Amino acid sequence: MTNHGTKLTVAFGILLASSSASFAVTEISWWHAMPGANGEVVQALTKEFNESQSEYKVVPVFKGTYPEALNAGIAAFRAKQAPDILQVFDAGTGVMMGAEGAIKPVADILSMGETKFDKSLYLPGIVAYYSKPDGTMLSFPYNSSSPILYYNKDIFKKAGLDENTPPKTWPEVWEAAKKIKTSGAANCGYTTAWMTWIHTENYAAWNDISWGSNENGIGGVDVELKINSPLFVKHFQELADLAKDGTFRYGGRTSEAKQLFTSGECGIYNDSSGGLGDIIKSGMNYGTGQLPYEPESKNAPQNTIPGGASLWVFAGKSDEQYKGVAAFFNFLSKTEIQSRLHQVSGYLPVTLAAYEDTKKSGFYEKNPAREIPIKQMMGKAPTENSKGVRLVNLPQVRDILNEEYENMLAGKQTAQQALDKAVERGNAAIKQAIGQ
Amino acid sequence: MASSTRVTFPNKFLPYLLLAPQLAITAVFFYWPASQAIQQSVLREDPFGLSTQFVGLANFKRVLNDPNYLNSLQVTVIFSIATALIAMAFALLLAVMADKVIRGKGVYRTLLIWPYAVAPAIAGMLWLFLFNPSMGTLAYLLRSTGYNWDPLLNSDQAMVLVVAAASWKQISYNFLFFVAGLQSIPKSLIEAAAIDGAGETKRFWTIIFPLLAPTTFFLLVVNTVYAFFDTFGIIHAVTGGGPGKATETLVYKVYNDGFVNLILGDSAAQSVILMVIVIAMTAVQFRYVERKVHYG
Repeated sequence: MTNHGTKLTVAFGILLASSSASFAVTEISWWHAMPGANGEVVQALTKEFNESQSEYKVVPVFKGTYPEALNAGIAAFRAKQAPDILQVFDAGTGVMMGAEGAIKPVADILSMGETKFDKSLYLPGIVAYYSKPDGTMLSFPYNSSSPILYYNKDIFKKAGLDENTPPKTWPEVWEAAKKIKTSGAANCGYTTAWMTWIHTENYAAWNDISWGSNENGIGGVDVELKINSPLFVKHFQELADLAKDGTFRYGGRTSEAKQLFTSGECGIYNDSSGGLGDIIKSGMNYGTGQLPYEPESKNAPQNTIPGGASLWVFAGKSDEQYKGVAAFFNFLSKTEIQSRLHQVSGYLPVTLAAYEDTKKSGFYEKNPAREIPIKQMMGKAPTENSKGVRLVNLPQVRDILNEEYENMLAGKQTAQQALDKAVERGNAAIKQAIGQ
Repeated sequence: MASSTRVTFPNKFLPYLLLAPQLAITAVFFYWPASQAIQQSVLREDPFGLSTQFVGLANFKRVLNDPNYLNSLQVTVIFSIATALIAMAFALLLAVMADKVIRGKGVYRTLLIWPYAVAPAIAGMLWLFLFNPSMGTLAYLLRSTGYNWDPLLNSDQAMVLVVAAASWKQISYNFLFFVAGLQSIPKSLIEAAAIDGAGETKRFWTIIFPLLAPTTFFLLVVNTVYAFFDTFGIIHAVTGGGPGKATETLVYKVYNDGFVNLILGDSAAQSVILMVIVIAMTAVQFRYVERKVHYG
């Protein structure tokens, strides 16, 4: 009888010990949208963090594409099942900022950790984009990118173009594209990913013209689009004209056109610097250059705006969880982690120290393509046209623009008509979204 | 009289118990979401549900005044008629042909039924792999003949592509029912007609086709509902509603406004309208069209 009792006490004691041990580890859930190689980086990083300490455990969960991850996060929040950390793409930034009660600013969280939060350690252009107008940093920039130019060196050679000089301006790009097409070096001269992000949002910033009122939405949610101004009309009419004979080929709304470039169908291609991995993988003989600009615009090239994604933290979690998130973000900000992330993935480093570190290591001399997006983003202090683009419903407005662009490229309307309609429909959608 | 033939259960609760699973499923998968949609359709809410405001019928008013909504209604009508007609015509042709095959009948039938087992999204991907202008094998062949195949920009070609994919998937289902329908037609009728000198075409149009009417009618209802609701996966995979809004059907618009654009009120109002359309369509079909169907 007593024997039995001791056994029970021991068993109970073990149970208590094991359960209190598992209570000590705070789990932090992280929903992300990184497939393939970038997803492996996520796995490796969280594993490294989890092994580096014993208090917190970050659990990453893959939630599909960028828009899918955002929608999953929002649906989970509505069902009161929100994850601790959610990765949200650039276009979703305004959506998250519009939901003040749902999120916890990253600046507040990082101040809760053991180390004090110092904003000046991070790249200013990127931090500004993820901050409120008053300067409070709201989300943690995990992967940032910028659009650059890729070209096929073999096709350039065949067309009689200099394979070591990428075209710098849009007129030079069209010239080269026409030469590629007429010489028969390739079926098409030029293609592009993301017409909204590259040819509209970054086009405006890079040429220092207005995309929308209120500093493109950075200064306030009430925005009127300005994308039917003369320079935009000229640029899109050029694209529409080149599309008629197939010198420019449209590939899709996001990065579907990449296949047209890697398969050798098109000679010149614009895409995110984060798209480099697939191009390297294809084994093609490629070169890279800056995003082209308009020579007639006097401040061009100005600076590009950040793309990619950032990490948002939901409100209503325990202090213990926020401390864990702070520890994880501080881990991600470490110079050696950032340098590695930048060099492995092709995304931009988030801290200045990581950039300097990579520079010193001689990495850019061997891989000049990796420095282009950083120089583009940091070359000049941003103007009111180039701090970024923000709307509470940017994904929706991008879709409206895409629809009008497609109808224009199909020859159903001119650039002026397409952009006028895009502005009219976009403004109406923005008004509805902000409740006016 | 009638009461004497009716089956009566000795236990009062047993019939309810037996009905319970079906009722539960209907309640959970129809009444619950439908009532939520109706509730959401009179509210204005931000994506996160932080602020909710009752707006009455404002969402319906906006949706019905939206030219894009009327456009997607038109797209849906064209898409559904084309898909139902093509899927049924091909299935009938194949069923009549397969009925004549003497050897290996089972093999033919099995092969023709296969595509039905393919999920809509996968069917969409298959067609995309063949006809995507950037990577499609058949698209490449088409383009190399000089034909400007570009469903990414040409809206008619995009529509042809989604109709083809949607009807290809539905042919199997229709085939199955037509084969069964053909088997239930008495051979003696056809033989009698043949003896009277009716040719094959005449026999088909005067005997087989009218006697298949119940099957055809049933399939018409099923195919229309299929084209309306079950083709989301195909459209999502093949065109994403584009180019422009050329292949944005009503269901796709509900998804797009609700899940991509996060305008929940408008999206819910559209699903309520859609529910009304479907109820009306089914009622009309059964009330008026059914009267003309010859059930033999």
